[in-house]
Amino acid sequence: MSILVDRDTRLLVQGITGREGSFHTRRCIEYGTRVAAGVTPGKGGETFDDVPVFNSVEEAVVETGADASMIFVPPPFAADAVIEAVDAGIGVVACITEGVPVLDTVKAARYAQDMGAALIGPNCPGIISPGESFKMGIMPGHIHTPGRVGVVSRSGTLTYEAVNQLTGLGIGQSTCVGIGGDPVIGTTFIDVLGLFEDDDDTDAIVLIGEIGGSREQEAAEYMEDDVTKPVAALVVGQSAPPGRRMGHAGAIITGSGGRADEKTRALAAAGASIIPSPGAIGATVQEMIGA
Amino acid sequence: MKLHEHQAKELLARRGVPVPKGGVASTPEEAGRVAGEVGGSVVVKAQVHAGGRGKAGGIRLASSPAEAQEAAASMIGTRLVTHQTGPEGVPVRSVLVEEAVDGAMELYLGVVTDGAAGGVVVIASQAGGVDIEEVAASTPERILRVEIDPTVGLRDYQGRKAAYALGLDARLVRTVAGLIGGLYETFVELDCSLVEINPLVVTRDDRALAVDAKINLDDDALFRHRGLAELRDEAQEDPKEVEAGNAGVSYVKLDGSVGCIVNGAGLAMATMDVVGGAGARPANFLDVGGGADEAQVAKALSIILSDDGVEKVLVNIFGGILRCDVAARGLIMASEAMPRAARPMVVRMLGTNAEEGRRLLAESGLDIRLVHDLNEAAEAIAG
Repeated sequence: MSILVDRDTRLLVQGITGREGSFHTRRCIEYGTRVAAGVTPGKGGETFDDVPVFNSVEEAVVETGADASMIFVPPPFAADAVIEAVDAGIGVVACITEGVPVLDTVKAARYAQDMGAALIGPNCPGIISPGESFKMGIMPGHIHTPGRVGVVSRSGTLTYEAVNQLTGLGIGQSTCVGIGGDPVIGTTFIDVLGLFEDDDDTDAIVLIGEIGGSREQEAAEYMEDDVTKPVAALVVGQSAPPGRRMGHAGAIITGSGGRADEKTRALAAAGASIIPSPGAIGATVQEMIGA
Repeated sequence: MKLHEHQAKELLARRGVPVPKGGVASTPEEAGRVAGEVGGSVVVKAQVHAGGRGKAGGIRLASSPAEAQEAAASMIGTRLVTHQTGPEGVPVRSVLVEEAVDGAMELYLGVVTDGAAGGVVVIASQAGGVDIEEVAASTPERILRVEIDPTVGLRDYQGRKAAYALGLDARLVRTVAGLIGGLYETFVELDCSLVEINPLVVTRDDRALAVDAKINLDDDALFRHRGLAELRDEAQEDPKEVEAGNAGVSYVKLDGSVGCIVNGAGLAMATMDVVGGAGARPANFLDVGGGADEAQVAKALSIILSDDGVEKVLVNIFGGILRCDVAARGLIMASEAMPRAARPMVVRMLGTNAEEGRRLLAESGLDIRLVHDLNEAAEAIAG
């Protein structure tokens, strides 16, 4: 078991014939993901490797039964791609695209929510479930190993760092979800914490946050009442000054709540094991679960 | 992207938000002329992308065109240092000359994107004219938040509700509700991340005027607002940050002594924290980006090496689409191009072609210490 996806998930790739889309589609197939279909308007009827390409998501869903989508279309069209996927009945949509206008995301995220679909991202690495040999995203598959720790993070490469440390200590992962670095996103820490809490195959959770916004505090508040599984947490950006954007559009301190120390304090108060430094992710989890 | 006050006011005025009478001037003579046209007492305001101008001498009252000219002369061509700028300050290239407004009441009105609300929020407060973050921290009950559903947008009743909640008199409710509408319209039409009037001054004769205004634009939406992109004033930004940005590298200068080169924003922040944990301070945030090439990595290092405050460089690459051998070649390229600027480097490489990258660096003859993980990197920085 895993959250959001499993080995039977039939993946659709929107923007499959583009440079990024084609590269990562191949990596997903190599990892074991069933890529059922691709969509590139104007290229319907073609195939990409052995994957049939359609002009619309609706057509792809009808013909192949695709039930999750990974989006690589350029930023001006990304929100439209999300809404198209949701309209076609896709339940899990990971928008990898970076640089989507925030007001586009606001509408797409609200639409997905209203329609009961899980939008992951935008500006995220996607989802991977090593035990299911399934990945829909841009993370390097080989660093992951099957296991019982769930990982949720706002970052890309920092999540790989975390996973690499876990795997190095023999601690496998159930599912890893990158929720994205933008100020407005679809699925939040709370959503993913809830899914891990209910997942029989996840025993412990790693939460990786960063400066900006208040998502970590919301997660902490949720943890108090609704999460019984142990959570190890890291918030990066301790040394970031206020008012300056640290790469991610959402990583900017605009009030005291956006600071790393405030977030860390909230998570500690909610019972999380605080990871003292980015080099100690694996060690902290190991100690927490007694592995 | 930040706009200047005069640019923000122009955009707001076009959408029905009343602003004080005045104009922008780039010479003292022009400032005197504008003051003459406005008549009476005027305020001369330095146009810079930083708050705290008043305390820093960037806002001066003048009772005649001659005084306005003199005030402008004291600002234009100088660098203004406020609590929001570094010690080097920001250049003043123009001033805004406006009628001095005598207020009976100062309010705060703002529109922002809010992650927690998953959308746009209108913020209003009776505590105008002061830092709204401070108000939010010390007296949160004085801040009114109205969340806007993106599917229906701001409704008139929400503007009225906010105006009533501000305790405004009936005559003003309609005016302020209309202003909130104008702010929201500006926010949505221009893809802003912040639109703010602080203060909105209500005069003794019941006029409401946006005495100071701020607009920040969503950089990611500039592709559909070409005219707005031209309003960018690069002189207000750190030249190295502009240079990095043009090369596709995300760089923010800080004041520590350990330069950082990383791929990915989250890992870059984590790497800065490793530096902090080692008892040193990072000289910068730097994300070369997911698909960086040799030239981008070389540019990243050359920008860091041109910072005199840098004593050591920490490189942390988690190879994926960016191959470690490509990163290594970039590091070597920049080091060889700037031999006299070379600093000791601590390099951690992992992932795609890491072995090849490490071999290239080991054989380069450069002062490089190769480490395997973040804890070892911390030791190398501290030692």
